[in-house]
Amino acid sequence: MSGRVLVGVKRVIDYAVKIRVKPDKTGVVTDGVKHSMNPFCEIAVEEAVRLREKKLMKEVIAVSCGPQQCQETIRTALAMGADRGIHVEVSGKDYENLGPLQVSKIMAALAKKEEASLVIVGKQAIDGDCNQTGQMTAALLDWPQGTFASEVSVDGDGLKVEREIDGGLESVRIKMPAVVTADLRLNEPRYATLPNIMKAKKKKIASVKPADLGVELTSRLEILAVEDPPQRQSGVKVESVQDLVTKLRDSGTL
Amino acid sequence: MTTVFYGSRAWGLFHRASSSSSSRVWTHPPFVGLSPGRGLSRPPPCRAAHSGVRRLPFATLSQQDRDFFQTLLPGRALTDPEVLEASNVDWLKSVRGSSELLLRPRTTEEVSQILRYCNARGLAVTPQGGNTGLVGGSVPVFDEIILSTALLNQVLSFDVVSGILTCQAGCVLEALSSFVGEQDFVMPLDLGAKGSCHIGGNVATNAGGLRLLRYGPLRGTVLGLEVVLADGTVLDSQAPLRKDNTGYDLKQLFIGSEGTLGVVTAVSILCPRKPSAVNLAFLGCATFPQVLETFQLCRGMLGEVLSAFEFLDSACMKLVQDHLKLTNPIKACEVFVTGSGVLSLLILKRALSPLAESPFYILIETSGSSAAHDEEKLHRFLQEVMTSSLVADGTVATEDSKIKALWALRERITEALTHDGCVYKYDLSLPVQHIYQLVEDMQEHLGTRAKNVVGYGHLGDGNLHLNITSPSHDPALLAAIEPYVYEWTARHHGSISAEHGLGLKKRNYVHFSKPAPALRLMWQIKSLLDPRGILNPYKTLPDRASTD
Repeated sequence: MSGRVLVGVKRVIDYAVKIRVKPDKTGVVTDGVKHSMNPFCEIAVEEAVRLREKKLMKEVIAVSCGPQQCQETIRTALAMGADRGIHVEVSGKDYENLGPLQVSKIMAALAKKEEASLVIVGKQAIDGDCNQTGQMTAALLDWPQGTFASEVSVDGDGLKVEREIDGGLESVRIKMPAVVTADLRLNEPRYATLPNIMKAKKKKIASVKPADLGVELTSRLEILAVEDPPQRQSGVKVESVQDLVTKLRDSGTL
Repeated sequence: MTTVFYGSRAWGLFHRASSSSSSRVWTHPPFVGLSPGRGLSRPPPCRAAHSGVRRLPFATLSQQDRDFFQTLLPGRALTDPEVLEASNVDWLKSVRGSSELLLRPRTTEEVSQILRYCNARGLAVTPQGGNTGLVGGSVPVFDEIILSTALLNQVLSFDVVSGILTCQAGCVLEALSSFVGEQDFVMPLDLGAKGSCHIGGNVATNAGGLRLLRYGPLRGTVLGLEVVLADGTVLDSQAPLRKDNTGYDLKQLFIGSEGTLGVVTAVSILCPRKPSAVNLAFLGCATFPQVLETFQLCRGMLGEVLSAFEFLDSACMKLVQDHLKLTNPIKACEVFVTGSGVLSLLILKRALSPLAESPFYILIETSGSSAAHDEEKLHRFLQEVMTSSLVADGTVATEDSKIKALWALRERITEALTHDGCVYKYDLSLPVQHIYQLVEDMQEHLGTRAKNVVGYGHLGDGNLHLNITSPSHDPALLAAIEPYVYEWTARHHGSISAEHGLGLKKRNYVHFSKPAPALRLMWQIKSLLDPRGILNPYKTLPDRASTD
């Protein structure tokens, strides 16, 4: 086992920002909008770093696919404790069409190239909410997967993963190499402290193109339109119970 | 002397404050009833009046009065005791009035008619905004009519060129922030109570807050006011103009008057552009002198992009961790006691010099129009403080979500304190170098009598929030704290109330910070504007007798 963990991190619009739909309905406004690391990816990085701190893994590599700005996201992962980064350069039209299928092909290629023992990604990204990349990556590699992980522990030459499922919790034991997707309660990501932020500036981020990994980025999906959800009707405040009863009667509810 | 009530005790202790504090007059509260626990079904008696306040001879509410208001404000003149309950008690749950009528006007005209009527009748009125004040100024003491600004909540205009916002007094600060935020502007003030406080209340109390360092006080950013005077006259000093030197600036009288000179019904305020780049650094320092040095360095290196500089001590951090389950981003500064009672330090990478008993945390916010420029300045500053060991550790945030999380550590201390027991709250302006000295002196002075003695606040403005807690209301503890804290402040030429105002609780201590001739003049102005004294009586100004 190489003891290498590959962590996928995605640069998304910060979750505290109010989303605006572009007037031409082709997508959401991203220019000048605050971006940050996907919260589930932070959890994934934290888990990887903890595994290394416990000496169960040897090296943590942070990977991000996208334009130049993704390097900031990788730097954040490095500041949290990742050892080095890989930036897969995707920009323009290719970036707009980048989806779970393409990313999972890239992750699979990198996992093989880096001889990773473990691939950890967030369970889903808060922009697409697809919840597909981890699963597709495992399928392409033909590796076992522990998804929606709320607890991960090393068990001999495999992993014991506690999964959050609809009915409750499920424990699975999977052999390594494996893919794990991080769920909310897996851990609480650390804040990157100043000494680590300074150190991260010196860590290496390698740049690579999808073509170098032998990955084709054509998408089979076409976005037809992106629209705002229907406006929520504002309620009416009434001053007394009598008013309430009258209004309910008028609206035919009573 | 003021008393803070906690729990279900109906009694408090009443003293008359005087600078030669040897004489004490004990007075019963006006509406003393049976103490709770005797199996009564009615609510505990009014925990009115501290400081031996006696009800002044205002008129009492008659059926005729009630009818008048119900005709004037149909459905908005409330008498239901359950509804009134929330408005009769302050946010800290420390003072309770016994008002029987809550009015919710929608227009300035309605406010004018209400006051004209009350003035003629001699009915006392307590204006109330979000009821988030911390000195008992926003609730009635006895049966004053509550005049709520809750329905005066319309934005009247917003000019995107000048950034001048005109709105009614009952607009909630956070709502206004969102509104102007959509146009790329920001409100010039920000405080922990933003989700509930009304802009009218902010103006009436000259609220300070977290952005004062950068944008200045409301006295500078409020351009105009519409105020209704005690006799119902509507005074329109609105003129939303940046510059207007035509006669005496009347609006300044009302800003900070705490509802005692007039009721603010509309505000024109200058909003700055929303900074496109906000960064937050959360740092840990081992000693207070280091905090001060960091502040000086910060001022120099960050200069014009600095928008907030707040500090808190480790006791505050412990409070928010224990009561609100927030996380300390800097583990290195944690100090905890092991089972054997030995203090042990959690040391991460560098060997820290032995941390003092009270390490400190600083929150530095930068706001500017260029992310690259600000980040570069901030990083250079951080490099400097780390290499010079002024700062033990820290973290930086640029994303909204992380910034909010870090701000919560400072903004929610007040909330955490309410869970810690009975809170004795002091808001003082002191020379910056002495700010923490008071906390240390107080800790020594009180010893084990207090549960927690914490200090935090707007270091950049020289404003300390000193808070002391005890498991339950403790008169002996209170006697040890006051007037010691005020005397200490006066010795250092500070202010006994930096931004919270005087309200009910602090009005009798104002002589520690203002000379007698000033107080006399204040009373003269009050008599001029409100001859019958109906506006928010028993608040802000000390008892007349003590000023003559």
